[in-house]
Amino acid sequence: MTRLMMRKMKDNQTGTISAIKAGGELGRRIRDMGLIPGRSIKVQGRAPLYDPVALRIMGSTLTMRNNEADYIEVETE
Amino acid sequence: MVPTIALAGNPNSGKTTLFNELTGSRQHVGNYPGVTVEKKEGTLVNNGYRMSVVDLPGTYSLTAYSLEEVVARDFLVNEKPEVVIDIVDASNLERNLYLAIQFLEMGLPVCIALNMVDVAQKRGIEIDAEKLSAFLGVPVIPTVARTGLGKKDLIATARRMAEEDRKQSLFEISYGDDLDRALAKMTPEIEIHHFLTETYPARWVALKYLENDKQILSKGHQKNSAFSEKLETIGKKVSTHLKATVNSYPEAMIADHRYGYINSIIKQGMVHRQHDQNRLYTSDKIDKIVTHRFLGPILMIAVLLGLYHFTFTYGEIPVGWFARFFGWVGDTASFYLPDGHLKSLVVAGVVDGAGGVLGFVPLIMFMFFGISILEDSGYLARVAFMLDRVFSLFGLHGSSVMAFIVSGGIAGGCAVPGVMATRTLRSPRERLATLLTVPFMNCGAKLPVFALLIAAFFSENEAIFMLLITIVAWGGALLVAKLLRLTVIKGEPTPFVMELPPYRFPTFKGLLIHTWERTWQYIKKAGTVILGVSIILWAMMTYPGLPESKRSEFAKQREAIMAAPPPSTARPDKLPGKEAGLSELAAIDGAEAEANLKNSIAGRMGIALESLTRWAGFDWRTNIALVGGFAAKEVIVSTLGTAYSLVEADAANSGSLSQTLANSPKWRPLVALSLMIFIVFYTPCFVTVVCISREAGSWKWGVFSMVLNTLLALILAALIFQIGLALGY
Repeated sequence: MTRLMMRKMKDNQTGTISAIKAGGELGRRIRDMGLIPGRSIKVQGRAPLYDPVALRIMGSTLTMRNNEADYIEVETE
Repeated sequence: MVPTIALAGNPNSGKTTLFNELTGSRQHVGNYPGVTVEKKEGTLVNNGYRMSVVDLPGTYSLTAYSLEEVVARDFLVNEKPEVVIDIVDASNLERNLYLAIQFLEMGLPVCIALNMVDVAQKRGIEIDAEKLSAFLGVPVIPTVARTGLGKKDLIATARRMAEEDRKQSLFEISYGDDLDRALAKMTPEIEIHHFLTETYPARWVALKYLENDKQILSKGHQKNSAFSEKLETIGKKVSTHLKATVNSYPEAMIADHRYGYINSIIKQGMVHRQHDQNRLYTSDKIDKIVTHRFLGPILMIAVLLGLYHFTFTYGEIPVGWFARFFGWVGDTASFYLPDGHLKSLVVAGVVDGAGGVLGFVPLIMFMFFGISILEDSGYLARVAFMLDRVFSLFGLHGSSVMAFIVSGGIAGGCAVPGVMATRTLRSPRERLATLLTVPFMNCGAKLPVFALLIAAFFSENEAIFMLLITIVAWGGALLVAKLLRLTVIKGEPTPFVMELPPYRFPTFKGLLIHTWERTWQYIKKAGTVILGVSIILWAMMTYPGLPESKRSEFAKQREAIMAAPPPSTARPDKLPGKEAGLSELAAIDGAEAEANLKNSIAGRMGIALESLTRWAGFDWRTNIALVGGFAAKEVIVSTLGTAYSLVEADAANSGSLSQTLANSPKWRPLVALSLMIFIVFYTPCFVTVVCISREAGSWKWGVFSMVLNTLLALILAALIFQIGLALGY
């Protein structure tokens, strides 16, 4: 079990969100999309320029910029 | 009173498809008052029963952060629709129910359309609609909007709900001990004070105070500031408590509990999943290629070029028909009308003006048809995903790319549909910056001017110069965007957190409706204004006309030619004097037109501006042409033609004009280069300015783009010209 920020995750790596460290508009948006502690996610891949990142969550795909992923802490196996 | 149905739901839930299915072609598009969010309304007629249907903007939540969400919830509480159909994507249940719960908390008369049950089924997801309905206390109707499955049932239910008009029982979920206690304390007090309760349920108001919702807080403050502060104090207390005990904020707790509640629904046997939720489906396999590091960008370039080719190859055909039609109307009018001001007004003002507006129509239609395919299929979201890294550097958004491309990012677009294409952008600051910089792209109307100048002065390197101009336009646009985002449109970047929707085949009906409504909006809005302005510009280039003495001078010259004996070289088998005489007559007509133009208001402006524009190397003739270019950029060529006494110069027939310029002592490659740079950057044409103002929601931005762009253009052109002079070109 290691905790790391989502930006550090590799492609196809899975994990469980442990904390969201953003407030305000960004925090709200992240949570509204279902990124909440306890949710399992998988990094599906990254854009050709390595940013943004695409995630698999709740059976659908979400994208976010790396500097937004920096607010999401993930626990990995 | 005709009852109203509001269609609400997440983006990509099939809301628009259902709207089209319910209303058919009986719909129209407008804006919500005061904002630029699109409002679609239609009528549903079923067995003689009429209902009005409003398509609300697609949202994920109902916070005060995004304009769409505020618009949606304001509509729901102010207009009090009889029925709210919430479209829930069955294959993406959790995120869709998150919004549904918020509607229920607002006490709205909700009916859930459980859409895309076919897709869910294919993914091994079975949902028990009856159980879900019993649990939530609202009707749940399985539908497939694209095939019309469940439509009858849905309409019948909506009708029943509208006729019953029963009060929706309040829906409450638990937000954990701390928040529940605060809510229990606040709710009865809010009821006693009748605080905002005429529009919102009391518990919802309390919840929004805990969420620190800006809109509700400011409304509350206006209503009763003392009580509002009391509520805020309770909210702050809970907030500090949560921070100290569990290191969280109320809004985070609220979101967690909403999703927790949804999880409990799913776990109670209402949803069966055969597969692991995060397994990959066809759509994800396609994405492996489409967003691949190398293949992705190559494919993207091919698709964008394809869109281009489609629009400008096939779109040009009806453009030609329109041009011929208006040419014929103009000819007919000039045949029947007596010579004079009326004829000139009808032919040069009205017919050319209407032609100018309608000439864009086929291009806009083709462009929007292509974009609708990309948008509805889900590809546009991938383009945004792939390009966001580049655009976010300049303070823009990945989705800005479409507006740039359409405006002429690949030379030959049009800023009018480009400005309208910014509607796919959901971030207000990025959208405004995109709106203001897309006119720098090289639209199809600037191309004939570049073609003319390049043919005259750089004919050996045509391709390279076209490419260079494209690069200059892109570079300029991105840098100006960055500058704007650092100054006038300052602010944090809007979060990019968004969904990549699964690929879907667009429905043909949807594409046609989409294309038509955007085209019609253009005709309606831009049409009226540009017609007026083209008449004003015509007047500016016609009046006050030549004084009587000058005119009679030209008339005398004509008479002299008519009376002159045939030149001795004329061949005896032809009518003597006719041919040579005709070309001389044309030369006099041309000279008169030139003199007339020079004496007109525009001409006087051109001469007055010379003192400024000579720094960039432009004389009064060029200035008039540039003033004319404000009506439409292609007018630059024809006006230059008139200014150089060529009678029949237009975009298609610029060969002789190019020759004239090449031979003119006032012109040389440096002047042409400076002029090209100026044309890339100076004020957008009037149609574009109108569209920018409409889309930005204020005339201020339209004026801003005219002034800023022209100043920038003049500075750049002057720099180039002065540096060129210093280097001896």
